[in-house]
Amino acid sequence: MNAPANSTRGVSLQVRNLWKRYGRQEVLRGVEFEVQAGEVFVLMGPSGSGKSVLLKHIIGLETPDAGDIFINGESISTPGVLERHRLAMVFQSGALLNSLTVAENVGLYLSEHRLKPPEEIARVVSEKLAVVGLEGAEDKMPSELSGGMKKRVAIARALVMEPQLILYDEPTSELDPLSAIVIAEEIVKLNRRMGVTSLVVTHDRDLAFDVAHRVAVIHEGRLLAQGAPEDIRQSAHPVIRRFLHAEFNPQTVT
Amino acid sequence: MFQNIGEMVLLFWRTLRALPLTWRQRQKVADQLFEIGNASLLMVCVLSFFIGGVLALQTGPVLVERGLHQYVGGLVGVALARELAPVMMAILIAGRCGSAMAAELGSMRVYQEIDALRTMNINPVHFLVLPRLVAIALGLPMLVVFSILVGWLGGALVASITNQIDISVQAFFADLRNGVELKDVVNGVFKSFCFAWIIGIVSCHQGLTTIGGPRGIGRSVTKAVVNSIVLIILFDFFLTRLLLD
Ligand SMILES: Nc1ncnc2c1ncn2[C@@H]1O[C@H](COP(=O)(O)OP(=O)(O)OP(=O)(O)O)[C@@H](O)[C@H]1O
Ligand SMILES: [Mg+2]
Repeated sequence: MNAPANSTRGVSLQVRNLWKRYGRQEVLRGVEFEVQAGEVFVLMGPSGSGKSVLLKHIIGLETPDAGDIFINGESISTPGVLERHRLAMVFQSGALLNSLTVAENVGLYLSEHRLKPPEEIARVVSEKLAVVGLEGAEDKMPSELSGGMKKRVAIARALVMEPQLILYDEPTSELDPLSAIVIAEEIVKLNRRMGVTSLVVTHDRDLAFDVAHRVAVIHEGRLLAQGAPEDIRQSAHPVIRRFLHAEFNPQTVT
Repeated sequence: MFQNIGEMVLLFWRTLRALPLTWRQRQKVADQLFEIGNASLLMVCVLSFFIGGVLALQTGPVLVERGLHQYVGGLVGVALARELAPVMMAILIAGRCGSAMAAELGSMRVYQEIDALRTMNINPVHFLVLPRLVAIALGLPMLVVFSILVGWLGGALVASITNQIDISVQAFFADLRNGVELKDVVNGVFKSFCFAWIIGIVSCHQGLTTIGGPRGIGRSVTKAVVNSIVLIILFDFFLTRLLLD
């Protein structure tokens, strides 16, 4: 798959030589990659390799020790750059506001910034909830939802922003295979329809190769490889091979 | 510690600057006000009644013995209005509402809800801190006025039914009106207004800076209440000194 040509809406993203340490632990060690406007870029890696930390840097929740991040060529450390572009993040845990209903959560961006009148917001919210397969869940509280439902509400909340760049942190990790496919389709559809640049963090191999234009593998804070899905799949790198081709073998369990 | 003070001053300043946005958050202010009233009105009533009562019990017999019974009403009235109602209610609200603020904001912090707000370009100070501070800054002085009135009533009733004092309710309030000026009540209400800001800022700051999991929330709540109470007592002294002249 190639990045679609009509990618007028998406923004490009560059991460240059990003370093971050917490205490004595080096979490990011010179991460460097580029995502073109309108591309679906998948970042894979084992647990604890720094994927969520990397996303937090891109959305501006953390500041790097060294290195820089550019959106459409502008450094996000420049005041106003993050505000000027619509970036959305789907948190690994969902991060819904527990005191608000599902509808209020999903419509929060519109209502707080007064972008639309209430009836219009209600309509958009229902529409986005339908997209993630949660019609009629408007009045539920987050505590009444399952983990997978929360994740889907979080995706709906990100969609409402009509983002130019979406960061998905493990969008399918708590979903059954069927819902996971629906979400994967949604990621691709959204990207095709609106040309939104998507950065998907996952350790779901199927999702990765289904949606990606390009794939990168992160390990212990470093990118081991990046390239077209086929190239990564064929990679000879031992860590990548182990990660991508790990299979459960009952015979080896004693 | 100095870092904390610096951060709190900064939070105070940011909230002050956000005050013009209060009208947009009016629904949340109303919710918070209701929450404060709902959580504490009954307790305020009971506490104030007994504080007034015990004041009458402690001062009444001593004054009456020395033939100074016309001062009982004034003494109870002034002590309640200037000192006891504002301080005791502030401590009560620190325990009841400050703890709730720290816990709420703390869990929002720990469960990344605040991060989520920031990714939506929603300022947590405007969205979370401002309504809570405005609500407590309005609510606590109202509670204090209420507390003063109930406390006076408690003092009057206790003074009339206690044999060693034996001042009728009418006489008590007549003396009280002689002894208490409007200035005394305003003074107490103003102090409580300052205490409300202290409780709000300390509790919201603790909540927003929570680190660690659920245990971190517990720590924040404890610190919010303890630090609020310490600061209330300290500020009480200095405010009283300031308002003396
Ligand atoms: N705020 C923090 N303070 C200290 N250490 C942190 C912090 N955030 C993350 N870390 C550490 O950074 C490392 C990478 O964490 P991160 O959450 O990015 O992993 P991940 O790749 O997203 O893993 P997973 O797939 O399990 O979500 C972990 O070892 C974690 O302990
Ligand atoms: Mg993660």
